[in-house]
Amino acid sequence: MSAQGPTRWQEAVIERIAPLTPRIVSVVLKADLARHVAGQHLDVRLTAPDGYAAQRSYSIASAPGRPFELIIEKLDDGEVSPYFHDIAQAGDAIEVRGPLGGHFIWRAGDGGPVLLVAGGSGIAPLMAMVRDWACTAAALPLMLVCSARTWDELPFGEELERLEASRADFRFVAAITRSPGHRPSDRTQRLDAPALRELIARWGHVPRHVFVCGSNRFVEGVTRGLADAALAAGMIRTERYGGAE
Amino acid sequence: MVTRGFTGRRPTAAFARRLPPGQFETDDFPVLAKGPTPEIDLAAWRFTLSQGPRPLASWNWAEFAALPRTQWQGDIHCVTTWSKFDTRWEGVSIDDLLAAAGVAPPSAFLLALSHDDYDTNVPVADLVGGRAMVATHFDGQPLTAEHGGPARLLVPHLYFWKSAKWLKGLRFTARDEAGFWELRGYHMYGDPWKQQRYSDDP
Repeated sequence: MSAQGPTRWQEAVIERIAPLTPRIVSVVLKADLARHVAGQHLDVRLTAPDGYAAQRSYSIASAPGRPFELIIEKLDDGEVSPYFHDIAQAGDAIEVRGPLGGHFIWRAGDGGPVLLVAGGSGIAPLMAMVRDWACTAAALPLMLVCSARTWDELPFGEELERLEASRADFRFVAAITRSPGHRPSDRTQRLDAPALRELIARWGHVPRHVFVCGSNRFVEGVTRGLADAALAAGMIRTERYGGAE
Repeated sequence: MVTRGFTGRRPTAAFARRLPPGQFETDDFPVLAKGPTPEIDLAAWRFTLSQGPRPLASWNWAEFAALPRTQWQGDIHCVTTWSKFDTRWEGVSIDDLLAAAGVAPPSAFLLALSHDDYDTNVPVADLVGGRAMVATHFDGQPLTAEHGGPARLLVPHLYFWKSAKWLKGLRFTARDEAGFWELRGYHMYGDPWKQQRYSDDP
């Protein structure tokens, strides 16, 4: 483990970079950083030859103790994400610091039942929680609801299907909004209050911890729906990207 | 360390001067919050100045709206690296709030308290002398709930997590007590020009 604090910039080497969906790449890093807690992020810094630098935060999608995996969605007007999509290759070095963040996190000892709701690339920190849960937690109900426009745009779909087949206490629901569902259990409507209420009722558990991650618009819609479904605001943690007028 | 193949997207020289290190300029107005956006009923809204547990002064929405108004235009900087230029705010300056309460600051530090149980610490010196307000309007319109309405703190010279959303009061504290993010790895002061993002940044 690293002897330095989490905020010191360090070199990380890209071990593997591969598309997860048409717009999202998975970047696996080799870096001498402290073990993370599921839900934490890394800061990434890229530097041009003249010293100009840009930095962004990316949630870690891998389980604690595993090599750091970031998932990066290409933003058409982005500055950092196009580098990972169009330029970066295995063997390239970047700078990172972390792991960082002490609120949007879950440890096996925090218990459950746990409800995770992801919109698009917002699945990253929730995937770390699912993977951590799969390695460490005793029987503990966990439901992951992922929204994507099509099944092909949903990261980690096959891994999540396999996990659902192997663990009775894991429920995986894909909410596919722009095409037919991939599986009979998939939903094809928006995650509004009635849809969320029905999903929770069918799950049969009252969540103790709820994590919602995605665009601001997605998180606002889901958290309003959860409030209408009578979940207390105090148990719901959010992480958002993008803005509102 | 130079990153192979990275060129970046430079701001213009005029923008670069206004951009603290490690920030980028955006036209968007990103929303960040630890949990759901609270729904706040103006009829039940109260704003309270307190010293520890002891209330010093308190206003309901109508009383607060009758206080002297202040406008400010300028740049804001979020620790997540976005900056937004030329934002326009209106509200009640902390100087006017203290004057209306008829109190001098009883200590050098306070915690800004929010309706969603969020809090953040700010030195009083950073709030007085025209440096901060309780903002109720953005860009000429009542502040929306997602951006902290009906009222949020505005301390534009510090990272924006200090500008607590859904503000319900300011509590003077005897010493500099860490707030929500400050207890979770973020810097006690948060000067964007010094990149004071995380607790062990100098």
